[in-house]
Amino acid sequence: MKIKTFGRHGKEGFKNLGRNGWMTFASISAVTVTLLLVGVCLALLLNLNAFGDQLESDVEISAFIDITAKPEQQDELKSKIENISEVESATYQSKEDGLDQLIDNLGDEGEVFESLRDENPLSDAFLVKTKDPQDVNKVAQEIEQLENVQNVEFAEDTVNKLFKVLEIARNVGLALVIGLLFTAMFLISNTIKLTIVARSHEIEIMKLVGATNWFIRWPFLIEGILIGILGALIPIGILIYGYYYLIDLIANRFPTFIIDLLPVTPFVYQLSGLLVVLGVIIGTWGSLTSMRKFLKV
Amino acid sequence: MIEMKDIWKTYNNGIKAINGIDIKIDKGEFVYIVGPSGAGKSTFMRMMYREEVPTSGTIIINGKDVGKMKNKNVPKLRREIGVVFQDFKLLPKLTVYENVAFALEVIEESKASTRKRVMEVLSLVNLKNKARFLPDELSGGEQQRVSIARAIVNNPNILLTDEPTGNLDPETAWGIMDLLDQINNRGTTVIMATHNKDIVNTFRKRVIAIDGGLVTRDEARGEYGYEN
Repeated sequence: MKIKTFGRHGKEGFKNLGRNGWMTFASISAVTVTLLLVGVCLALLLNLNAFGDQLESDVEISAFIDITAKPEQQDELKSKIENISEVESATYQSKEDGLDQLIDNLGDEGEVFESLRDENPLSDAFLVKTKDPQDVNKVAQEIEQLENVQNVEFAEDTVNKLFKVLEIARNVGLALVIGLLFTAMFLISNTIKLTIVARSHEIEIMKLVGATNWFIRWPFLIEGILIGILGALIPIGILIYGYYYLIDLIANRFPTFIIDLLPVTPFVYQLSGLLVVLGVIIGTWGSLTSMRKFLKV
Repeated sequence: MIEMKDIWKTYNNGIKAINGIDIKIDKGEFVYIVGPSGAGKSTFMRMMYREEVPTSGTIIINGKDVGKMKNKNVPKLRREIGVVFQDFKLLPKLTVYENVAFALEVIEESKASTRKRVMEVLSLVNLKNKARFLPDELSGGEQQRVSIARAIVNNPNILLTDEPTGNLDPETAWGIMDLLDQINNRGTTVIMATHNKDIVNTFRKRVIAIDGGLVTRDEARGEYGYEN
């Protein structure tokens, strides 16, 4: 296609937007609302995902060592644990370190445990990580059978419940997003149908004088894409500002918030890019649908 | 140039429009297509620029089998055929110049050659001085001349006209016939479907009569042969 021709198609595409002003406005609004919800859902989902990953990698088994175990017995235990095929690593943690970490984790409230320094109730332990978080249960049981293991702890229920919640949230979010995308696409397709009807006379003449089918289609395709892109602008603005504000709020007001949100950059730019791409896709898709139905070329 | 062999056309709703037509039209001919309403004239015309595809049979135009042509080759065929309608089909918001230039714009002609060519045909149809007018500001005959200018602006070798004088008073109609005759004299094949008895009987040319989807008459210097 010649550049001049492309310029013509672009101009015609813009003209089409103005031709059905209100319908264009309606479908841009629909895309705006859709992409805003999609954006919020995506921001939530991606953060949940990252949180889930973080949790998964954080799942550790604490294998507490019998107080009576001698150093060589401890070494033996360590190599036995490491020999379990699903185990990635086993790190020794003395009871002093354990207490330090406990106090650290609890923040201000942890200070009450400072008084325990002298008669530490904890035991020395091996912190065991599995290669796959799913194997935690199985590995914990195996370790429990080993000699010189006092007991085994891991956040079994909490972790399992969290995974379940995460999964439901992911699926609901995804279903919502897909439904919204379809709605927006449908509205775009209707808007373009109106343009096609409004220009049917012109299209008829174009066909008669031998315009190629793609020459006729391009302006409608561009119209759809423009609606998609224009509809993505406001959601992008809101999301960038909103996310920035949220991160700022958490950093200043709730510094101990347990979930680490994804950092603003590059996250918001990736999200914005994704929204533009989604806008272009539903725009293209919407115009292709209406062309197939109403543009007999 | 134009050859139809055993053409049949049945529409999806069961109407049999064309029931076995064989016809040959040579380059540079001027041919009237006559016949009562609903006889199949329009279908006959529409098949030539592939607005309709025959149910069976072969249509050869400029050496190409139009019936078997792939969709993507249709635009190329239509650049070799100009079409003029009774209702002009001009774009009301474009000027005379723009309406004619539109035909070249959509086939991606350069601006310079478009300008040259549009002014040529506008002077041929005698509307050079009205190039900036909108269609509404012209008389019916002038509007039809604009639509003829648009049909011939890319130099087609066939001009199909479907009732080009149908909406015009007799005097204006004669002006259009003069113009079509001029175009024909430059070597363009002109095919004209018409109900205008006076024109056919006065401006004598080959007459093909279609009735009931069949060619009932084909005479070199024929007459209209129907009562209007």
